[in-house]
Amino acid sequence: MTVRILYFAYFRERAGRASEDVSPPGDVTTVAQLMAWLAARGEGREKAFADAALVRVAVNQNYVKMDHPIKPGDEVAFFPPVTGGATGGGAA
Amino acid sequence: MIRVQREDFDVGQELARFGAGNAKIGGVCVFVGLVRDMTDDGNAGRTKPVGAMTLEHYPGMTETEIGRIEAEARARWPLEDTLVIHRYGRLAGGDRIVLVATASAHREAAFESCRFLIDWLKTKAPFWKLEETPQGGQWVDARASDDAAAARWAKAVKSGS
Repeated sequence: MTVRILYFAYFRERAGRASEDVSPPGDVTTVAQLMAWLAARGEGREKAFADAALVRVAVNQNYVKMDHPIKPGDEVAFFPPVTGGATGGGAA
Repeated sequence: MIRVQREDFDVGQELARFGAGNAKIGGVCVFVGLVRDMTDDGNAGRTKPVGAMTLEHYPGMTETEIGRIEAEARARWPLEDTLVIHRYGRLAGGDRIVLVATASAHREAAFESCRFLIDWLKTKAPFWKLEETPQGGQWVDARASDDAAAARWAKAVKSGS
């Protein structure tokens, strides 16, 4: 199974790459398992995932939860909480 | 309509075109977001200067996600038209970042949906700000106040994410 991984913002900087195509073993079937497998490969990836509470995931450009299944050909993006819009806080 | 672009936009021109020719529109509400040259320094109430920022996004998902938010607004309010323009790339203090415009027969729907769109956009659209500070580039943390602003609208969420 090959999946495309994307990293954004400081996850990209910490992982040292913007994207990569990977072929995880057959027992990697969910987002959480994929994340653990990537972190174990090291080379900075583990730093991107250092704080699990800050990891957001999209599969094929849809937000998903950690138990979401992974299929061959999926585009899996990892990124920190988003900070778009105007500079000020929404309640400001 | 949704546009994600590097270039600036002209608010007057955009509004002149927006909803033009649709006489069912009784009111247009607009929000324009700008880059401030100061930001919170993490201590309550204190600020620090920011030179400029670079806005990174996830091409493809950005448009999809804003489209979803727009569809949600249209499902909640009787809107005649909506326009969201969001910029990316390097922006300096005073630059425009985002424009949200909503048009409806009545002002309540226009006001409420405009606020809904910007609140949800901030917490869902995949954009990240890298601020240039005297100490170097700093990724902006998500704000609890933004989550709270978005959560106000969460009661009637059908999809939820």
